[in-house]
Amino acid sequence: MSFDLEQAVSLLQKEFPQDILDIKEYRNETTLIINKDQIHRFCKHLKDNLEFTFLADLTAVDYLEVKSPRYEVVYHIHRFGPDCEENIRIRLKAELTDDDPKIDSVVSIWSSADWLEREVYDMFGIEFTGHPDLRRILMPEDYKPYPLRKDFDVRNREASKESFEKALEDGVD
Amino acid sequence: MGVNADPLVGGEGFLTTTIEAFANWGRKNSLWPMPFGTACCAIEMMGVFASRYDLSRFGAEVARFSPRQADLMIVSGTITYKMASVCRRIYDQMPEPKWVIAMGSCTCGGGPFDSYAVIQGIDEFLPVDVYVGGCPPRPEALIDAVMKIQKKIEMKGAPVV
Repeated sequence: MSFDLEQAVSLLQKEFPQDILDIKEYRNETTLIINKDQIHRFCKHLKDNLEFTFLADLTAVDYLEVKSPRYEVVYHIHRFGPDCEENIRIRLKAELTDDDPKIDSVVSIWSSADWLEREVYDMFGIEFTGHPDLRRILMPEDYKPYPLRKDFDVRNREASKESFEKALEDGVD
Repeated sequence: MGVNADPLVGGEGFLTTTIEAFANWGRKNSLWPMPFGTACCAIEMMGVFASRYDLSRFGAEVARFSPRQADLMIVSGTITYKMASVCRRIYDQMPEPKWVIAMGSCTCGGGPFDSYAVIQGIDEFLPVDVYVGGCPPRPEALIDAVMKIQKKIEMKGAPVV
């Protein structure tokens, strides 16, 4: 019996009537907008009961001046099936407001989320509560701005220069 | 440097020169490059070292990954601010005298990366001797740069002691 995503989504709707805020279908891709407070419980359910074993990507989008709430955290989750014959993908989105950019970490569910969440934290300043080691991953550790936020000027090199000069002085890279 | 091989004056011949000119003659023909490759330019640099372009024809084929055994730093590839302190540190570890080639648009002036992360030219923190433009430069261009370094050593040299 092959896995039916549509059916699974309607079952999920029954299971999480309050937490699935919207369902979008576009070019055979399914996107669920999830209540951000329930993201951990929802992901756990996807993995444990529906065998979505693989977190393919975790990223974020800044919709400054486009829509509110400002941020969206995006999860791409993959199901290979019991014989690795299926390739079913589902996309989850959770919206975060500007004054409280925090969401539960999913590292305890998929350990591949570790570095992905660190990257999102590094670039957008979104905090993942429950993350085992939430540090910057790409930018220097003493770097202050969040460079992929839309209100950051992408050509602003001041902060990078400061970190660089400090690294030169300390002799630490 | 004057070479005399006339059997009448010295039998097997002799040469007159200054220590400085002699040392610089040796230096320019045995440059030991430290390849600092961070991006696509490094592939082109490998091409220069390999058999087709063969930098050993210019005496500069002994690529040393230890800065302590090198006197020519070839910086090839995008240098980010985070990498820049590492690059500077490696340059500092090289013994004097030493020279630097900035290979490619990124090292010369940031290249296409006008962004918060990329340094706009390595001359912000390194004394560059020769700039090589191009994205990436042809192997011939890098060979030309090495020859320019040789010329520079020959003309200006470096103090012996």
